[in-house]
Amino acid sequence: MHALDIKLLRDFKRLWIQALAIAMVLACGVAILLTSVGMYKALSETRIAYYERNRFADVFAHATRAPLSLLAEIANIDGVMNVEARITGGATLDIPGRVRTAVGQILSYPEDADPVLNLPFLVTGRFPNALSTTEVTVNAPFARANGFELGDSFSANLRGQKRDLTIVGTALSPEFVYTIGPGALMPDNTAFGIIWMPERAAAAAFDMTGAFNDVSIALAAGTTTAPVIDAVDTLLEPFGGLGAYDRTTQQSDAFLDAEINQLKGMAAILPPIFFVISGFLVSMVMSRIITLERSEIGLLKAIGYSNIEICLHYLMLAALIAVVGVLVGWAAGTALARTTAWQYAQFFDFPFVIFRVSYWVYAASGLAALLTTSLGAMQAALRAARLAPAIAMQPPAPPRFKRSFVDDVMTHLRLAQSTVMILRSLLRWPLRSFLTSLGLALAVASVIAATFINDALDEIVDLAFYQTNRQDAMLLFADEIPEAALEDVRHLPGVLQAESQQFHAAILRHGHLAKRVAVEAHRPGNDLSRVLDAKGKPLEVPPGGIVLSERLAEYLEVQPGQSIDVEFLSGRRETFSVNVTALVELHFGLGAYVDFAYLNALFRQAPRVSTVNITLDTAQTDALHAAIKNTPRITGIIEMNENRRSFQDTIEKNILVMNAIYIVVAVLITIGVAYNAARIQLSERARELASLRILGYGRGEISYILVGEMMLIALVAQPFGWLIGAGIARMMTNAFTSDLYAIPLVLKPPRFTFASLVVLSAALASVMIVRRRLDRLDLVAVMKTRE
Amino acid sequence: MADIIFRTQGVTKIYDTGGVKVYALDGVDLELYKSELTVLLGPSGSGKSTLLNILGGLDHATGGRVWFDQTELTNMSDRELTRYRRDHVGFVFQFYNLVPSLTARENVQLVTDVAPDPMPADEALGLVGLGKRMDHFPSEMSGGEQQRVAIARAIAKRPQILLCDEPTGALDSATGVQVLEVLRDINDRFGTTTVVITHNAEIQRMAHRVIFFQDGKISETRVNETRLAPSEIVW
Repeated sequence: MHALDIKLLRDFKRLWIQALAIAMVLACGVAILLTSVGMYKALSETRIAYYERNRFADVFAHATRAPLSLLAEIANIDGVMNVEARITGGATLDIPGRVRTAVGQILSYPEDADPVLNLPFLVTGRFPNALSTTEVTVNAPFARANGFELGDSFSANLRGQKRDLTIVGTALSPEFVYTIGPGALMPDNTAFGIIWMPERAAAAAFDMTGAFNDVSIALAAGTTTAPVIDAVDTLLEPFGGLGAYDRTTQQSDAFLDAEINQLKGMAAILPPIFFVISGFLVSMVMSRIITLERSEIGLLKAIGYSNIEICLHYLMLAALIAVVGVLVGWAAGTALARTTAWQYAQFFDFPFVIFRVSYWVYAASGLAALLTTSLGAMQAALRAARLAPAIAMQPPAPPRFKRSFVDDVMTHLRLAQSTVMILRSLLRWPLRSFLTSLGLALAVASVIAATFINDALDEIVDLAFYQTNRQDAMLLFADEIPEAALEDVRHLPGVLQAESQQFHAAILRHGHLAKRVAVEAHRPGNDLSRVLDAKGKPLEVPPGGIVLSERLAEYLEVQPGQSIDVEFLSGRRETFSVNVTALVELHFGLGAYVDFAYLNALFRQAPRVSTVNITLDTAQTDALHAAIKNTPRITGIIEMNENRRSFQDTIEKNILVMNAIYIVVAVLITIGVAYNAARIQLSERARELASLRILGYGRGEISYILVGEMMLIALVAQPFGWLIGAGIARMMTNAFTSDLYAIPLVLKPPRFTFASLVVLSAALASVMIVRRRLDRLDLVAVMKTRE
Repeated sequence: MADIIFRTQGVTKIYDTGGVKVYALDGVDLELYKSELTVLLGPSGSGKSTLLNILGGLDHATGGRVWFDQTELTNMSDRELTRYRRDHVGFVFQFYNLVPSLTARENVQLVTDVAPDPMPADEALGLVGLGKRMDHFPSEMSGGEQQRVAIARAIAKRPQILLCDEPTGALDSATGVQVLEVLRDINDRFGTTTVVITHNAEIQRMAHRVIFFQDGKISETRVNETRLAPSEIVW
């Protein structure tokens, strides 16, 4: 091995703590890049493969009851490759050993052949026998969550007909990768299941013999969906078509898509921050090394080493740091990606997960790390290369300090000389002080960006469950019922309060923009499900007007005072021009509200109800569930407490992990920055501090100079960190917002305090570790050493 | 008379520090001869080190011309000067300039790694009497030993010229004599042209030729008829 390479390795060994501190920051960037890109690739590739293998449809439509003869016409639409009709419907389920009712979505399973589209993936057992009226296959997560074995039975209320069903198999479906029940906010596999039932049995149960109410369509490659959707809508219109939609509106795919986009955003936003910080740290450390090794550089040049060899020598040192960072990052990233993949597999119901972080992701992350450290080291390495040998051999000139107005201020303030030393050093290297401060600010920002989500979710929960949806439960009906039935509901056991609610699928249009939403008919004075204005006051929707959620208005580019076209997909399927009267902030879904009486008048019908909101006497919950199980028209009950609990459980688990990761990351950044900065400061000031000791300063007094400077920088960093953190939080809320949900930007002082405490303590701990070296300062040796 | 190895013609070196021009060398004409041991003598700031740096290819002259053998150094590029240093010149410095993270042997290897026809590092260290201290780090050696490592490093490439800037400046008298003996030995044994800078007037007694510097100019050149052995020198 060449002597220069030996020097390289020994230098690296000597600097290992500093190198490791930088390498860890770099490793964070590499690991996050690997995880986010790896997961992004895993999710999107798994999705593509799953959809392709199981022939996930491109266009979906529901109708009230369409004749099977219509299928041929749908198949004739340009671009349509395959059509499959199904019978679907809701059912309340009575699961043995479970007090609460569950909700099932029935899907018909074809009689003579396998399904053409949306092929269920059989996990255990088999599909139901075509002639059986009791056999069903259920989705595997539902079976698992309820502890079902093959051969187990449960009872289902199918439009008033109570029937015992026997599980003969479990399956997964590309339509239900993200399985969420009606009205639920999060998947709850105990309370919602998919049930494949033989076509004949389903037709009998839903009165659909010779007819269908659900159609899936596969398109030929390259076909645009819009014309097909229009054609399908035209064909289904006479049969109560509810408007065809493509994958982007298909619930499961939309959730999956939102998740994939989040990962993409994460891969783009976070890793660069870490790479930049490590680049800066490398630059800071290398620059100091070159200052210290000035005479060695001169010597190497005198011996005959070329500029390039010397430049490369120092770049190699940076490369070694990069190598360590990349290796740690690869290991951590692979483990993290694996864990996350496992978490995703739990969260999304895939029959398989294609998890392989491609070699190019490893290569790209390694290259990015190498590039940033090289760039960081470049300036210092070039300085080494450019150093004229004759000058390099001489000791460097003492740093130039100039008097400025700040000095006059300091004189005026009669600051202690040690404080003056701290302030002067900060001002002497303003760029370095600024960048050190910036590094610590990014650490603060990282904690804020991770923890603000807690407050955001608290606000979401508060708004969703305590302000707007204050009912204890929602009762869902198979069809709309006359509002008079409210009285019957009030007589159910445990019901204290009952209010009516009505939903209608509609397409809202403004100019060329259109969005399919559920319009909620809202009765003035309703106390359980409320519409709130920006100040949290209940908002009444005036007759003739419509209230939109902010995101929906933004999408449609419409302001209050303007009017939009509302094309109802149910009832008489009429289109009305309606004035937008107000906007409301909403975190789940894209809400649109009209007055209850106004809507029924538009539909020229007596008031009808599709959902009843109730408050409950909790002591009688069991009795209520028992009653519901025997009430044919009720197809489901959504308990808001359960809903909230499952939402909070799911989110909290994820948030907790995420918070922990980001706090570790922030601590690593802080250590990387503070430790290195303190080491450099110590190396520059060793002589100075030793001189002070000889002059009679105590250890505490010289420690004050070292610790004081670092902590002053850390303090200055705080407000910048808060600002950057708020900025990143804003970016995250924007990146995470989709049609499905919006994360509000909630920034509360305690999170800022917490972030500052984390970073200040980590900075103090780092500088205190360096400070210990002051105790071992060999005064005589330091004074003898030639700088 | 021996062949000329270095020749300078009106060499000047001007440092411009903030508008004030300082003449480090002010028209130096000089000839040095092959295999001779020359001592450059003069007070601090008289221009000795500046001249040595220019002869060694560490620095460019502001004006005048410099020849090494038949080659003119004056207008060489950085790359050519690097080549020149690598192939022909050995340096010894006052503060040894050893790389602290390398052992004695590895410090010498720094040179043998890049020189065209070096002697083994062990042999070079043997020549300076450090055959048994080869695996020690600089911090584990005395000043005299460190300087001998520096000399071993300088001679390991079998240089044609050995340029020594105050080689005994940081050493006590007894250790300094040891170092001078090594230099004398190398000069005698290999005929390496050796230039020693010093402001210690006693050292001139071991030289073939003594050149006196004053204010960036040569004030006197003297040839010693009889040379003393280093052991006979005391200061």
